[in-house]
Amino acid sequence: MEDIRIGVFICHCGTNIGGFLDVLSLVEYTKTLPNVTFATDNLYTCSEVGLSVIKEKIKEHDLNRVIVASCTPRTHEPLFRSTCQEAGLNPYLFEMVNIRDQCSWVHMKETEAATEKAKILLSMGVAKASLLQPLEKFTIDINPTALIIGGGIAGMTAALNLANQEFRVILIEKEQELGGLLRYLYKLYPTHDNASKVLEIRNLVENHQKIKVLTSTEPVKIEGFIGNYKVSVKRRDEIYDINTGIIIVATGAQVLKPEGLFGYNGSNIITQLELEQLLKENKINVKNIAMIQCVGARNEERRYCSNICCMTALKNAMLIKELKPDANITILFRDIQTQGTTYEEYYRKAREKGITFIKYIPEKLPIVKESNIEVYNDYLNQDISIPYDMVVLSTPLIANPDSENLAKMLKVPLEENHFFLEAHVKLRPVDFATDGIYVCGSAHWPKDIPDTISQAYAAASRASTIISKNVLEVEGAIAEVDEDLCIGCGICIKICPYNAISKDENGIAHVTEASCKGCGLCGATCPEKAITNHHFTTKQILAQILASGGK
Amino acid sequence: MGENSNSVLVIGGGIAGIQASLDLAERGMKVELVEKKPCIGGRMAQLDKTFPTNDCSICILAPKLAECYRHPNITLHTLAEVKEITGKAGNFKAKLIQHARYIKAEECINCGMCIEKCPMRVDDEFDVFLRKRRAIYIYFLQGVPSIMAIDPENCLYLTKDACRICEKVCEREAIDFEQKDSEINLNIKSIIVATGYEPFDPSPLVNLGYKHLPNVVTGLEFERMICASGPLKGHLIRPSDRKEPKKLAFINCVGSRDIKYNPYCSSVCCMYTTKEAMIAYEHDNSIQSFIFYIDLRAGGKGFREYIERGQKEYGINYFKGKVAKIVEDDEKNPIIIYEDMNTSKVKKFPVDLVILATSMIPNKDTPELANILGIDLDKNNFFKGNAYLPLDSSKKGIYLCGCCRAPMDIPNSVIDASGAAAKAAENAIREG
Repeated sequence: MEDIRIGVFICHCGTNIGGFLDVLSLVEYTKTLPNVTFATDNLYTCSEVGLSVIKEKIKEHDLNRVIVASCTPRTHEPLFRSTCQEAGLNPYLFEMVNIRDQCSWVHMKETEAATEKAKILLSMGVAKASLLQPLEKFTIDINPTALIIGGGIAGMTAALNLANQEFRVILIEKEQELGGLLRYLYKLYPTHDNASKVLEIRNLVENHQKIKVLTSTEPVKIEGFIGNYKVSVKRRDEIYDINTGIIIVATGAQVLKPEGLFGYNGSNIITQLELEQLLKENKINVKNIAMIQCVGARNEERRYCSNICCMTALKNAMLIKELKPDANITILFRDIQTQGTTYEEYYRKAREKGITFIKYIPEKLPIVKESNIEVYNDYLNQDISIPYDMVVLSTPLIANPDSENLAKMLKVPLEENHFFLEAHVKLRPVDFATDGIYVCGSAHWPKDIPDTISQAYAAASRASTIISKNVLEVEGAIAEVDEDLCIGCGICIKICPYNAISKDENGIAHVTEASCKGCGLCGATCPEKAITNHHFTTKQILAQILASGGK
Repeated sequence: MGENSNSVLVIGGGIAGIQASLDLAERGMKVELVEKKPCIGGRMAQLDKTFPTNDCSICILAPKLAECYRHPNITLHTLAEVKEITGKAGNFKAKLIQHARYIKAEECINCGMCIEKCPMRVDDEFDVFLRKRRAIYIYFLQGVPSIMAIDPENCLYLTKDACRICEKVCEREAIDFEQKDSEINLNIKSIIVATGYEPFDPSPLVNLGYKHLPNVVTGLEFERMICASGPLKGHLIRPSDRKEPKKLAFINCVGSRDIKYNPYCSSVCCMYTTKEAMIAYEHDNSIQSFIFYIDLRAGGKGFREYIERGQKEYGINYFKGKVAKIVEDDEKNPIIIYEDMNTSKVKKFPVDLVILATSMIPNKDTPELANILGIDLDKNNFFKGNAYLPLDSSKKGIYLCGCCRAPMDIPNSVIDASGAAAKAAENAIREG
């Protein structure tokens, strides 16, 4: 067996640790632990000076394991690992002990007890470091192709951007032509440009050398992993295989049809989408028009606000006013959603133009009668009656019914309303937890055209960070299945959040190295203890537990 | 100064500029990231938590700061400003002013000895003036680069030729009073503008009593007050008597949707007052919060559900109506005078602390930067984006993202930032 020689560097982190723990006594204590060859303290281990001390001491004392006791591996492990590597040590022979976030910061008023706790953390770190094994990172080849599912404005925008960056793009659309919901719109808010003008991107997409457009095409099976996806698509009853490096989901949403709500009949009680068609055909010949917001939204069944309906209603009301200045238009709303600079201004203009706004409350929903609407006006605290010739119902965008099936094929999650759920709502808004798959547009959440376009570019950017590389280096600390112990129960396959495990031809679990993040769920769950999570092996963790005083 | 031939210039080192830089760097492009403050991080670094996940803001931001600092394709220029842009898309020439930091970056190890000895006490901008810092300082605890800066307007040596004590105590000899402002010239293919916003100062709305009534604070001040790394170490007390407030009132749309000040909606206040009320409750379950609003705007993903949770699980009360005036009683308790919508009567509502959700307004130097870049502003002085290609400025090769083009939340800023990166990359390749 090799001689284990551990070097321990204990950080003051300025006063973050040094101000609350007795660092010098930690150094003395650490020197007494088994296999520790060298221990010292630094004011800032992560400073250039601190890092060069580590490198010097590795050489000087022939260290083959390094521990830094300081802050968190989330921010600093990569730095210390590469420092070890620069000194000729395998980066996985580095171990980090968190004595700041998990010790000095949370026990600021208890120096003595906190120092004792830090000693336990250090002895645990030493116990684990003694058992660390060198690991190698894997590299995978990247196919520099993007597959985009959905040919609406989101998919087309992403496709054009990537193609202009000289990537090969395949754009598939289940309908016979590109364009999505935008095809049914008349004019757009807030500038009243024709929707057809924005749709001109279609020609650029269809005629781009780098883009292959497949209409009437749907995915039926998706296999593989980042850089190497294989997607089987069905086109007019024939199946084709597409190899791609990444996948962008841009499947959009659909407009709720309000069957059974507020007397919807498709003739004089219609949806905003149906009104767009009437406007396109210049067929508005009525005078009294009432619009009802939040039809089928913000209720028990669908709790969410669909984000775009207030502006859609305002825009259609303004267009009618342009055509028929004497029209009486009343909008019954709950909260007017006109966020931002231009939409709020648009709302102000709508009021100036004489459009009437009446706030209703969900406890007293408007009642649509034969030729009038009875509604409780929450501003005036009284029931009022509004005569109408036409009622327009503002219904939400809802998730496409085939989202569920697509999500299953991609093995990515949906949120409670069946929109696609991203990896992190704040900082990873277009990524999925599974690498190499991205989302944009109303498949993600109801969005208007500008927001959809921004997000389509974002998805293209995230995709380009992968397909611009020839090879990708992936984590070495991953899971490995012992084929002799595996009974093929499949529990690990179900629990893996990254779809990294599948069964091989013998029914034995197999880990796809490129997809595994080393999270450890499979190892913790396997009833046969057939899975080793490298860098967090059972032996290493048991040693830590024993060192902490556990039995 | 070294000249780069294939770079994207990113102006502003907040979350938008950081995300745009990281995407481009991972895409294989060289990035020159310019930030006028001593550290990158921007407004997000000042926030305590973020809606709708209530993640600790700095905890999710810090790894990105470190990544930006470490990425071989990103060159950070902190304490720097863009002074001149010439040329056109694919071939811009940028002139930066690198302000003197008076610190040798490679020597400073952020040990803090100099801070302890510096005799000057200065209002701390990062903590929205709720605490004092020294003339030599680190912009914020987790700031990147994690080194000192000397503020020349307050340093005794640089203003009065006295002191130099930091120089004496610095064991690394990292202090360098000889540093001068310098010029950096760069060749640039595309430019991304990500200069963010600043909060509106509500003092002109005298009826709300900000700066006259001690227990009336702004939303950003409240973020620092309740933040564990803030001036109160996360122990919420009110300014007048340092007592724990039990009854909080949040006033939405302060300076927003108001044609006298900012006619637009700032997009995020309905959500962040809800979040601040939630955090307050988490600190102390006996705190009751009341939010005065005009419309509750919660169109984002999971936002409506978030507000429902605020009502059901955190007992937050929402009052529709505009506040007329805030006065105070003998014990400095603010009294909100508002019109009760249900009775149309004027009512008084005493609380312990008032938080004003102030508008997001364009940074002061936006017009100057617009002039340097040769791009248009909108009527509110935000950078003007194309109506349906909102990331496109009025000039080819220059792209906008985040709050410099319109008020928006963090996810939308991140989306914008990645989007602007895609556009900048496309331009660099097409015009290259």
